[in-house]
Amino acid sequence: MNDFDANSLAFIFAGLTCFALLLYAILDGYDLGIGICLPMRNKAWRDTSISAIGPFWDANETWLVLSVGLLLVAFPAAHSAILYKLYIPATIMLIGLILRGVAFDFRAKVKESYAVHWDLTFKTGSIIASFSQGFMLGLYVMGLEYTSLSVIFALFSGLCVTGAYALIGNCFLIMKTSGELQLYAIAQAKKYGGLTFMGILAVCLVNLVVNDTTAQVWLNSSWAILYAGIPILCFSMFGLGYTLLKRLPLDNDAANWLPFVITIIVFISCFFGLVVSFYPYVVPGKMTVFEAASSPESLRIILMGAIVVIPIIFIYTAFTYYAFRGKAEGLKYY
Amino acid sequence: MLDVLMLSRLQFAANISFHILFPTITIALGWLLFYFKVRFDISKHPVWMRAYRFWVKVFALTFAIGVVSGITMSFQFGTNWPGFMETVGNIAGPLLAYEILTAFFLEATMLGIMLFGFSRVPSWMHTTATFLVAFGTTMSAFWIIVLNSWMQTPAGFEVIEGVVHATDWFAIIFNPSFPYRFSHMLMASALTVCFLVAGISAYRIYRGDNKKAPNITLKTALFSAALLAPLQVFIGDLHGLNTLEHQPQKVAAMEGTWETSTNVPMLLFAVPDEETRSNKYELAIPNLASIILTHSASGEIKGLNDFIGDHPPVKPLFYGFRVMVGIGILMITVAWWCSITLKRKGRLSRLQLKVLIGMTFSGWIATLAGWYVTEIGRQPYLVSGVLKTADAVTTIASENVVFTFALYFSVYIVLLIAYIKTLFVLARKSIEVEEYDLTIPGGKHNKPAMPLNSHAEVF
Repeated sequence: MNDFDANSLAFIFAGLTCFALLLYAILDGYDLGIGICLPMRNKAWRDTSISAIGPFWDANETWLVLSVGLLLVAFPAAHSAILYKLYIPATIMLIGLILRGVAFDFRAKVKESYAVHWDLTFKTGSIIASFSQGFMLGLYVMGLEYTSLSVIFALFSGLCVTGAYALIGNCFLIMKTSGELQLYAIAQAKKYGGLTFMGILAVCLVNLVVNDTTAQVWLNSSWAILYAGIPILCFSMFGLGYTLLKRLPLDNDAANWLPFVITIIVFISCFFGLVVSFYPYVVPGKMTVFEAASSPESLRIILMGAIVVIPIIFIYTAFTYYAFRGKAEGLKYY
Repeated sequence: MLDVLMLSRLQFAANISFHILFPTITIALGWLLFYFKVRFDISKHPVWMRAYRFWVKVFALTFAIGVVSGITMSFQFGTNWPGFMETVGNIAGPLLAYEILTAFFLEATMLGIMLFGFSRVPSWMHTTATFLVAFGTTMSAFWIIVLNSWMQTPAGFEVIEGVVHATDWFAIIFNPSFPYRFSHMLMASALTVCFLVAGISAYRIYRGDNKKAPNITLKTALFSAALLAPLQVFIGDLHGLNTLEHQPQKVAAMEGTWETSTNVPMLLFAVPDEETRSNKYELAIPNLASIILTHSASGEIKGLNDFIGDHPPVKPLFYGFRVMVGIGILMITVAWWCSITLKRKGRLSRLQLKVLIGMTFSGWIATLAGWYVTEIGRQPYLVSGVLKTADAVTTIASENVVFTFALYFSVYIVLLIAYIKTLFVLARKSIEVEEYDLTIPGGKHNKPAMPLNSHAEVF
């Protein structure tokens, strides 16, 4: 452990932070997405949708705590520099997360007549949280400055991320439900898949036009040919996904998990696209991961824990998914 | 308008005050649920499972609010207190990271199995999941109280060019005030849960619920309280002595002692005045403070005037301490009074039930009062002797902090009201359900077919 110098530790922790953030986007993405698309007209569908994520959402949100926590402990200067600029949108996101998190639990415990209000709170909170996350991502891409151009871009990015979460949420539902709700989820996935596709395309183009350094990386660097694989993978997944969604549901509900996996690949490729655009900067254009990193001795201590504990986290998380495999059913507290 | 320092302090205080209410419940309630589940596994008596099923719902709701209100903390450290991580990040960072890695994931993941997994996994595995959730909440308390105690009584570090570096992790973790604060907080959690469970169970009985489950939970809670409340006084006393050793100015403010002197009386009531540096309307028992703190009537206690300009504000500590101790004494009295009646007669009087209902959330008030004493008592420092609060604060525009503070505050008020109301709604729902209309699900893979929200679900 002592072999790692300050720079390799900074690199490792940048990797860990990104990994946690990517997992958060995928995992909380699908439960936020189910919140975004919660069908207000059909109570039975709402119950099933919510029971599909019931056993998982608490743990999903913990990945946000880990990614923000890693940023805080490994890159404290970047944490305060980034969140200083994102103070208001981050607070609005937190309020959204608070509202949806508690609504989830209140809905099952209050009088029936109030439950629909909490469902609406759940939906609204999910939309607020997703949109603010997208807004913050957009602002980050634009260099964390509030100009009219960057705010318009950030608002657009807010829509894209909301769409992407809705997509992955519906793909999760396709896997976890059957019958009419599944058909509904397939239709929604097609709709949001289209929106997400256009959004990603637009973000890529705008990013290339606006950020010179990004354009440099993607078009002129010696790795450009390799990097080209990322958008190709991403957009071919959209093609594959769309073809598949048109044919779903198949006999015996075959391939019900495939749209979810395809969307995960889309998320991963977008994420790598962002990483490639910005590395080694953690605060765009201002601070690299090496400048922002904490002292090596405390990073080493954390790394030791992380190496031991993260595999264990994966094991028990896998166990939970195994225990709740199959179609969602009315959840019952025991 | 208030400055950004005061606003950030108020906002952080509001956030952390709201947040701590919920972990205070889940830490001990997790263990209580584990106890119910083990009793069920041993005896197979359905009443234990009913007790479990009622309280696990309370746990789920409480846990959810605890999680979401906790996330805001991880943001505010950086947004409002950038100087904290800049100065002591090398110590706070690993402690927070270990809390997330060893506690947060464990509790949040196992919670799914604990809440919804009884029909999906073997019973022993469900019991294990319950244990792991309880263990996780306690681990989380362990790490965060290590950090808090270290901020109170820092140890095992050196300062190089204004930045704190760790020299001895054992000394950091087991810093002087940690064992006392950790035990004191765990006991506070236990007592809060005892009175919560006793209060809600008493409410059900008061409303005519004559099933077995509320009586059994009432008994468990009361007897535990009767045992633990005196123990808490003992631990609290030790904690006070530890504080006297390491943070004498805090104790001086708690006691309202201005001049260093011997034969210090214990003030039952007074109005401390920092302008004149004296107390008005004193109601005192001679020598008692000296006896409690030094175990000798002629023992010397340092007064606030020895720490001019470097001691915490007196009033919040003086009053907060009396609120905490007052509730503690009330808890002992009520716990013993009701326990003896329960032991002798097997049931409580209407008056006793009413008193217990009134004390449902008394643990919250005592816990908050205690935390105010210790946290305000650390001022003007954020990390005692190392970093002043004013030096760690953000440069964010105060208008922005006003906006976010107002937002958090209004959401928290609404949620607090909704939470308390929902607990009583749950209690009322459970009264209406017949005792024996449930089949107790046995072995594994017993798929429940009942819809959400049915009354059968809430026995």
